[in-house]
Amino acid sequence: MKVYVPLDAAARACGADQVAAALQAEAARRGVVLEVVRNGSRGMVWLEPLVEVETPAGRVGFGPMTAAEVGQVFDGGPLALGLVEELPWMKAQTRLTFARCGVIDPLSLADYRAHGGFAGLERALAMDAEARVAEVIASGLRGRGGAGFPTGIKWRTVAGAVSDRKYIVCNADEGDSGTFADRMIIEGDPFSLIEGMIIAGITVGATKGFVYLRSEYPDAIAVLNRAVELACKAGVLGASVEGSGLAFDLEVRVGAGAYVCGEETSLLNSLEGKRGVVRAKPPLPALEGFMGKPTVVNNVISLATIPVIFERGAEAYAAHGIGRSRGTIPLQIAGNVARGGLFEAAFGMTLGDIVDGLAGGTASGRAVKAVQVGGPLGAYFPPALFDVPFGYEEYAKAGGLIGHAGIVVFDDTADMLAQARFAFEFCAIESCGKCTPCRIGAVRGVETIDRIARGDADAVPLLTDLCDTMKAGSLCALGGFTPYPVLSALTHFPDDFAAAREAAE
Amino acid sequence: MSDESAASARVSEIVAAHQGMEGPLLPVLHAVQAALGHVPQAAVPVLAEGLGLTRAEVRGVVSFYHDFREVPAGRHVVRLCRAEACQAMGGADLAQQVKARLGLDWHQTSADGAVTLEPVFCLGLCACAPAAQLDGRLVGRLDEAKLAALLDEVRR
Repeated sequence: MKVYVPLDAAARACGADQVAAALQAEAARRGVVLEVVRNGSRGMVWLEPLVEVETPAGRVGFGPMTAAEVGQVFDGGPLALGLVEELPWMKAQTRLTFARCGVIDPLSLADYRAHGGFAGLERALAMDAEARVAEVIASGLRGRGGAGFPTGIKWRTVAGAVSDRKYIVCNADEGDSGTFADRMIIEGDPFSLIEGMIIAGITVGATKGFVYLRSEYPDAIAVLNRAVELACKAGVLGASVEGSGLAFDLEVRVGAGAYVCGEETSLLNSLEGKRGVVRAKPPLPALEGFMGKPTVVNNVISLATIPVIFERGAEAYAAHGIGRSRGTIPLQIAGNVARGGLFEAAFGMTLGDIVDGLAGGTASGRAVKAVQVGGPLGAYFPPALFDVPFGYEEYAKAGGLIGHAGIVVFDDTADMLAQARFAFEFCAIESCGKCTPCRIGAVRGVETIDRIARGDADAVPLLTDLCDTMKAGSLCALGGFTPYPVLSALTHFPDDFAAAREAAE
Repeated sequence: MSDESAASARVSEIVAAHQGMEGPLLPVLHAVQAALGHVPQAAVPVLAEGLGLTRAEVRGVVSFYHDFREVPAGRHVVRLCRAEACQAMGGADLAQQVKARLGLDWHQTSADGAVTLEPVFCLGLCACAPAAQLDGRLVGRLDEAKLAALLDEVRR
């Protein structure tokens, strides 16, 4: 009997290890020979730990499993979900980047190859560098970290730069609350990231890559280190990638708990062993990045999507999506939701489809009050704006941003003044200190919100003025985008700011 | 050998093991903290000398990052997520309870050295919030019962 029990951190945090041990014990008691594969997560986090049993008809799911109920895996029972691939959440997705995640053993190169792994690299190796850049540009892929800069254009700049050394840096400092796509793909299909980085390396002429992975992800660090080790042993990484004669090496570096290091120039400083302060741009990292050398800095999801673009062709990828947002986006649905998890879909779903449909409303059963899209620097949307389609430009037009596609739902008990205050408090804690609007503005912001909370109406224009200054004058998105959650809370939920005033009067 | 000189020798070994690495300071500091439990003041000059940096540069880096501690933590470290997804699931109330039960504020260590309480901004467990970490172990779907069990564990 072959069963799958996820090793994904969310599954483990909900008891997957205890479930795996209980399954072994139960199998031994019944005299059943059991093979347990620790796979990645399918992304249906509300069903984790999700145990799957291999059957001739396909994999049958049981979840959310507990150690006490593992008998159901052998005998059936109320936790049985039927064929996993047939579940509505799975069937409705366009799984390109996450096609293998949750399906394969993440640390089996044989599994990876058997499920289409390295087909993209093989095709890339048969092309010249110019054609590879053209392929990425044609795919329409844009930075999935949130900035949305066209990945192919960035690669073209680095490819065209003349230097003795160039680097590929993967930004795996996924600090936005509500996001876990990077963690999930690294834990569930690490070779896809490695393959994407190799293709980036051979395209721009870089022989060394770094993954800057946050320390808050201990499981991802362990899986990725092991995957790099296996890839080196198998000749996938090293002096001659897959026997091509082209060299590419990879090193995993662990962050140290600074949110601002998710900003690319601050990340580069941190990688160099310095304080993670933001650098002024220009120079662009594409020309003067790590150690002053031309550097591609891409998000995990951007890089992990490269293999499937090369495997299926740029056109096939670009056929998905809306407007200038091409391809798919792994939506991460979190917070107060009945069904939370990762759902990969073509760009274009409305927020209402996501929150009321996919997520099934709130976990608490209360009304949805606000949805924060794009992490702690993203705007809060009221249900009145649920018709906005998911896309870079579409969200910008609605006064927000898609960021790394984290969607955090709040029910009607949320106090939006408190959320606005938290945005400033977070900015004050995490500011690198280099520019004044962010360093000082965040602190003044907390004080100004406290004035409003005490009923001081004069503080409201001061707050909007401060937000203007931070937007226009900050060096990076931390100070520059903190006004998004603050002003969206003020604009869409004025009652939460007025109630305090009335109480004071 | 005194504790301090033993620690310095250990730091020197760690520096030597990282020679040839590009920008080695963060990996070195992680290794020092893994070996000694914190980055002691006495390590700073050893690191500076070994890596060709000034003491100010080393101290500046140690103080910049939340992860590096200049004093040892308690025997257990409880980290509670304070970020938005956990807030949406009652994280702030749980934080108040933890603080009250342990009698600690953020970043404080209990007088008996049993436990340190720390905030963390996102463990990536946002779809099974609220979340916490006890030493190396991640805990999702935290509720009062699970929290009580965790706190019993750290008091042992």
